[in-house]
Amino acid sequence: MALSNEQIERYSRHIILKEVGAKGQKKLLNAKVLIIGAGGLGAPAAMYLAAAGVGTIGIVDADEVDLSNLQRQIIHSTADVGKAKVKSAEETMNALNPDVTVHTYREFVDSSNIMELIEPYDFIIDGTDNFPAKFLINDACVLAKKPFSHAGIIRFQGQLMTYVPGQGPCYRCVFENPPPKDAVPTCKQAGVIGAMGGVIGSLQAMEAVKYIIGKGQLLTGYLLTYDALTMTFRKIKLPKHVPNCAVCGDHPTIFEPIDYEQAECEGLGLTD
Amino acid sequence: MTLTIAGEKKEYAEGTTVAQLIANEKISDPQSVTVSVNEEFLRLAQYDSYVVHDGDEIEFLYFMGGGC
Repeated sequence: MALSNEQIERYSRHIILKEVGAKGQKKLLNAKVLIIGAGGLGAPAAMYLAAAGVGTIGIVDADEVDLSNLQRQIIHSTADVGKAKVKSAEETMNALNPDVTVHTYREFVDSSNIMELIEPYDFIIDGTDNFPAKFLINDACVLAKKPFSHAGIIRFQGQLMTYVPGQGPCYRCVFENPPPKDAVPTCKQAGVIGAMGGVIGSLQAMEAVKYIIGKGQLLTGYLLTYDALTMTFRKIKLPKHVPNCAVCGDHPTIFEPIDYEQAECEGLGLTD
Repeated sequence: MTLTIAGEKKEYAEGTTVAQLIANEKISDPQSVTVSVNEEFLRLAQYDSYVVHDGDEIEFLYFMGGGC
C-alpha cells in the first residue's frame, strides 16, 4: 500500500523523522489499538492516535458524556452532553482524520467480554478508572500475550507503565491485588486536575506509537510517576521478573480473567 | 544509617522496620502502596518484621485507580 499525496502531506512531520519515515507511517496506518475508557486518559490518547493515523482504533465505554467530564475529557464537547461517550469519541476522531476506522463498543468490560474485545488489537490502552477493570485488563493482556499501557491519575499525580509479553513485569507483579475499599480514594472523591489526563494519556499514546513503529525504549520494567505540584517525573525501576506473580509468575494461579467487586466512581462506570 | 527513599537520602535509626518507615513517611494506609526494597517487592505481611539496612533503596509505589 503506497501513501497517497494527501497522506504524505498529512503525515509529513512524521515521515521526516528518521525513526518513523514512510515505513513507520505505514505501520501506524496498519496498526490496531484498543482504548478502554473514553475519559480523562482515553480522550487525549484517542485523539493523538487518530491524528497519528493509527488505522484502526477501538474504543470501549458504556457511559454517556456528563457535564462534569468536560473539565478534562477533551474528546467530548458541550454539545455532546448526554451522548454515548463512544459515539462522541468516534465523531471527534472521524473529524480529525478520515484515514482512521473507529470501532465503538458501548459496554462495560468484564470477564465475559474482555478476551474477545482485545483479540483483534495489537496494543491496548487502559484508560479505566477503577481497580477491578485495571486488574481485568492486565490479566487478559497477559493471558492473551498482548502489550498494553497501564496508567492511573488522581489529584495532581499520575503514573504509567507498559507491559510487553516476556519483557518485564505486569501490573499484578507490582500491585498484586486490588486494594481494599477505602484504602485508596477515587477521582470522584479526591478530584483530578484536568491537564493530568492530557499528560498521562498522551504518554500512553506515545508508548503505543513507539511500540507500533518499533523504535526507542518502552516503559517496560519501569513505572513512570509524575507529580505536577513539584513538577517531578521519576522513572522507578521495577524487578525484571516477579516469580510469585499470580498471572505471569513461575507458578501462575490465574488462567482466566476475574471479576472483582466494584468499589469505584459511579456504579460500574469505567471512565467517570 | 542512610536510606534512599523515593530517590532522596534520609537518616534513620538502625533496626527500623518497613512498618515504621511507612508510618514515618506519612503514608495514610499501608494498603495503599507496594513497597520495594532494592528493587524487590515486599508484601503486607512482611512490613512489621522486615528490617531495612544502611544503603537500602526504598520505593513506595502508590495504587492509582483513576482514569477519570
